[in-house]
Amino acid sequence: MNQRVIKLEILRYDPEQDDAPHFQTYTVPYQEDWVVLDAINYVKDELDRTLSYRWSCHMAVCGSCGMVVNGEPALACHAFLRDYPEKIRIEPLQNFPIERDLVIVMDDFMDKLGSVKPYVVAKEERDVDDGEHLQTPLELARFKQYTDCINCLLCYSACPQYALTDSFVGPAALALAHRYNLDSRDTGRSAREDVVSSNAGIWECSFVGACSEVCPKSVDPAAAIQQTKIASTVDYFMKFLKPWKRI
Amino acid sequence: MSRRPYIREPSKGGWWLEQPRYIRYMMREISALFIGIYVLVLIVGLFQLSRGEAAYEEFLATVEGPPGRVFAVLAMLFAIYHTYTWFQVTPKAMPLTLGGKPVPGSFIVAAHWFGLVLVSAALWLLVGS
Repeated sequence: MNQRVIKLEILRYDPEQDDAPHFQTYTVPYQEDWVVLDAINYVKDELDRTLSYRWSCHMAVCGSCGMVVNGEPALACHAFLRDYPEKIRIEPLQNFPIERDLVIVMDDFMDKLGSVKPYVVAKEERDVDDGEHLQTPLELARFKQYTDCINCLLCYSACPQYALTDSFVGPAALALAHRYNLDSRDTGRSAREDVVSSNAGIWECSFVGACSEVCPKSVDPAAAIQQTKIASTVDYFMKFLKPWKRI
Repeated sequence: MSRRPYIREPSKGGWWLEQPRYIRYMMREISALFIGIYVLVLIVGLFQLSRGEAAYEEFLATVEGPPGRVFAVLAMLFAIYHTYTWFQVTPKAMPLTLGGKPVPGSFIVAAHWFGLVLVSAALWLLVGS
């Protein structure tokens, strides 16, 4: 049987030597069940030990190996080589500074994620002895889809609005804000409002929908943002109708 | 070892040509322009109607000329595309549950098309012929 071979064009950037990134081509023999990450691991193990990239679980759970494969943001562990032509181009995620090779600087996202308080803000502190905070299946179903976000940042790479507007909070952070707003245990919605309903929040989104198209976990951040826009608009008018009621 | 992250500047003008999905998005947004112009023409027509028969006939002659017809066809195509894209996204913006179960998105989209056909038919019957 002929050995399958694929050419990888990988964007390289060494901050200590390079002024700008450049492509380097590697020829990798591969098996039918290999994904892009396997090919990159082969390069690292057999061809070029200087290549830097992030990965961990190899099963689309950790969200570490997001990169741009042939122009499309993808998890390297989720992209089968057999689905691509004989030459594939691999770049770091778009819209983030390149730390080195395929490793991006994600500080901006981490700051924005923190700003939407992505955790349950409980009404009052609960003790372990109080037991579980029970939810009905219906209450869980309202937000479960958004809990699947693995912070892989493919959505940020696909979003032209994030590319053009540095201050935009972005798809994953806003989807997670929506996830906690919908949680029956949470009382943090008004505390998130300042960030979520600001111009840099949901209103910066013009519903291109690319985030949802590239999401490997079907989280659908675009849906979350549009639903938040509707809720925020209702809040705005309710402030006039019922000024005494806080959200 | 020093950190020196490299920043790639996004293309400011031509970004929407980089991906088919961005082009589709821009077409959806540009459709509003055609619909807006069509509405303006309609308002001008109403104004001319208020000025009397001669003025209105003159308006009709203008919009029924070749450029007017080409524009009408273009506006129609963009209006249909706008409607299609808008109906497609409604299940995302307005997810419905019935008896605790989510209503399938395809049902919500189909209901919108059904509503559009119904209203269009009613209008046609009322004022069409």
